[in-house]
Amino acid sequence: MTPVIEVKNLLAGYLPGVNILNGANLYANKGELIGIIGPNGAGKSTLLKAIFGLVNVRDGSISLNGEDITGLKANKLVAKGVGFVPQNNNVFPSLTIEENLQMGIYQDPSHFDQRLEFVVDIFGELGKRLKQRAGSLSGGERQMVAMGRALMMDPQVLLLDEPSAGLSPVRQDEAFIRVSDINKAGVTTIMVEQNARRCLQISDRGYVLDQGVDAVEGSGRELMDDPKVVELYLGSLGA
Amino acid sequence: MSNNEPVKSTGLHIGDAKPGVAKKDPILVADHVTRSFGGLTAVDVEHLEVPRGAITALIGPNGAGKTTFFNLLTGFDTPNTGEMHFDGKSVRGMRSHQIAKLGQVRTFQLTKALSLLTVLENMKLGAGNQLGEGILKSLIPSIWRKQEAEIEERAIELLNRFKLSEKKDDFAASLSGGQRKLLEMARALMTNPSLVMLDEPMAGVNPALTESLLGHVLDLKKEGMTVLFVEHDMHMVRHIADWVVVMAEGKIVAEGPPDSVMEEQAVIDAYLGSHQETDLGVVTGRVDASEGGEKQ
Repeated sequence: MTPVIEVKNLLAGYLPGVNILNGANLYANKGELIGIIGPNGAGKSTLLKAIFGLVNVRDGSISLNGEDITGLKANKLVAKGVGFVPQNNNVFPSLTIEENLQMGIYQDPSHFDQRLEFVVDIFGELGKRLKQRAGSLSGGERQMVAMGRALMMDPQVLLLDEPSAGLSPVRQDEAFIRVSDINKAGVTTIMVEQNARRCLQISDRGYVLDQGVDAVEGSGRELMDDPKVVELYLGSLGA
Repeated sequence: MSNNEPVKSTGLHIGDAKPGVAKKDPILVADHVTRSFGGLTAVDVEHLEVPRGAITALIGPNGAGKTTFFNLLTGFDTPNTGEMHFDGKSVRGMRSHQIAKLGQVRTFQLTKALSLLTVLENMKLGAGNQLGEGILKSLIPSIWRKQEAEIEERAIELLNRFKLSEKKDDFAASLSGGQRKLLEMARALMTNPSLVMLDEPMAGVNPALTESLLGHVLDLKKEGMTVLFVEHDMHMVRHIADWVVVMAEGKIVAEGPPDSVMEEQAVIDAYLGSHQETDLGVVTGRVDASEGGEKQ
């Protein structure tokens, strides 16, 4: 089976001569929920940005269903079925929820109603407040608008950068449950998270990224039980 | 550290643990403090006492007013009404640097390092009462040279303690998020404070580094300082806090030792959620209850 997303030996970075990713590998099969964890500065967000064409790739390849997409720009990737939700500033605060969702499907506006139904099915509360300005929403609600917008183009794969960041515990749990719902609706999902335990609990497979390389790979449960992963990345406090 | 559990301070309050309960030895007291932005009342604290020499956690949902309350207490914002006393002295209307001089310092949720100064320079800026301040005095090194050396010594001592000494000549901009958190905390200590206020010290810090940060917070208490911190990481709160204050919609809604506060239904509903102790893999039906759940 060809993976939906396959990343091979990826080298990427921002400053000349400084690589953040030093040969990272990753794949996601159709329908999988993948969690990526790792220390600060490991290159987790950079990996997502590189897949989404926001960081220049210096070497290595990224493919979508076997087709090479390395170096393609974000708008092309969205049209091909890659969705991305950044960590911060991920809604248009002065636009309403409905307008935010429209922005997500500007490349294919005729399917708006159909996709809106899908999104409202997952995020019921958004459907009731379509005319509300996104700037007036709480952090957790904004995260849902951002995810909803990324789902408008019916993506084959959804990239999430720390969906739980800055949320209170109950909202974090909600966000993770929604991510799981999205994945169950058939969307292959790759999620980067600081809340490593929660992330691994719902992930089918996980990667530990360290210094720009995929250091450990395994099922979510395997990683949670791996003493080395616990010591280096999870900490013993939450156990 | 995981083997030796921190020693919790108990018996901090007088009477039943309820919002506004009196403390035996409060270092910080707030009365009728309100702050509104337009029609929204962000903070409306009837009465709060922070116990001296203990670690107090301030928790609550997003938008509860925790950071605004912090800003009011530290002079970064002015309340519409109310009184605040630090160590028996009214600090209402004082500017942030005046409050810091009294011994009440804070850190920020989003770190505020001066990125084009080196780590050591950032530290030295944290020290107060520097004799070389002022154009004329700065021209006469004999006035400040001795003090400068002392400040540098203290800065290096603190950097050693926070394991940042190797970075002392690097620009603060080159530090990672976690290291900046450490620098913030170290810099706050340059003033020899008696109350340290930390705004989400663990936000964006990976779990492995969390434990060393926790150790540093516990050390502050051992040295006799009072700590008040805002945090969403409940494991941290449970682990190190002696006292927990819960805010929601600008008000204090609960107070008490961590274990009892976190069992209050109102706190669970508003903040913690009902899945605290469960495995989300089980909640979402992704794994069997028999398979998951044993680790959490």
